[in-house]
Amino acid sequence: MPLYAILLLAAGTFAFRLAGPALGDRLRIGERTHWRLGVAAAVLLVALVATASLADGSATEGAAFAGWARPAGVLAGGALALRRTPFPLVVIAAAATTAVLRLCGVP
Amino acid sequence: MRSFCRTLDRTTLRDIALVCCADALVAASFGAIAVSGGLPPWVPVVMSLVVFAGAAQFAAVAVVLSGGGVLAAVLAALVLNARLLPFGFAVADLFGGRGGRIRTRLVGAHLMTDEAVAFALRQREPGARRAAYWVSGVALFVSWNGAVLIGALVGGGIEDTGALGLDAAFPVVLLALVLPSLADRATRRAALVGAAVAVAATPFLPPGLPVLCALLGVLVAGRGPLIPPRPAREPLPGAP
Repeated sequence: MPLYAILLLAAGTFAFRLAGPALGDRLRIGERTHWRLGVAAAVLLVALVATASLADGSATEGAAFAGWARPAGVLAGGALALRRTPFPLVVIAAAATTAVLRLCGVP
Repeated sequence: MRSFCRTLDRTTLRDIALVCCADALVAASFGAIAVSGGLPPWVPVVMSLVVFAGAAQFAAVAVVLSGGGVLAAVLAALVLNARLLPFGFAVADLFGGRGGRIRTRLVGAHLMTDEAVAFALRQREPGARRAAYWVSGVALFVSWNGAVLIGALVGGGIEDTGALGLDAAFPVVLLALVLPSLADRATRRAALVGAAVAVAATPFLPPGLPVLCALLGVLVAGRGPLIPPRPAREPLPGAP
């Protein structure tokens, strides 16, 4: 990831952060826009979870199925997260599930 | 800073410390996974300092590591950070407001995270709000960036990330972050449609773009609740 991309992301993020304090009373964000931005963030995160769990990609060869071990690990971690398991355990359980499945020969 | 700490009660300070610990773990895994995935160590470290937004950092690196284009990575991360926009209006008066010092305003804006906003809005007194915002903001900034650095240094020593199942860690962190917001039915519907669109588009589009196509899912979310739920949110783990 080149430096210019990181700086571009940083600048855009800072603009979002500064808009409220800088504009103050001159602009109001409506409740509906507020809600939609939250929905958009959730939609994007879930899509990232799905694609990052299922596909491996490269810019030249396109995407390929990542195998069963990774999505199984993600599901195991997700189930624990639903039960409000502490975060570190969720991550360890997901990685361990994937690792054990691979050890058993699941791709 | 010390007088700010005195303004806050013990419970709040303890909660801030706990959230810092939880976030530090997320940050360390961010550094480790980014480096073990093949990025040079300065990338997660610099990105954390200048972007300082956990979910967006994870998203950008996930897109890049999956072979996606840099522009797609930046766009996806910016869509996630757009939620900071309404936060800014909610907490603007905490760092200066009108007539405040410019430097205070700039630093205060950079420290804006889900957690700091949540801690501030939980307090009733304006003084306590201000104190909670600054104390949690500074504490999170220090612990987040310190932990990313440690993670990035450790991650370089990990050789076979696949055998350790570390490729499952990225998606599961994002999943743990997003689960609380899926309690809302309209959000859940939009997210499922979006994920289906993204997965269906994955074989046909260059990596990174399918995730952006998922935003079509927002269209099926409807118009939202008549009285949208106020952000009575608990600080999410790992979402500065």
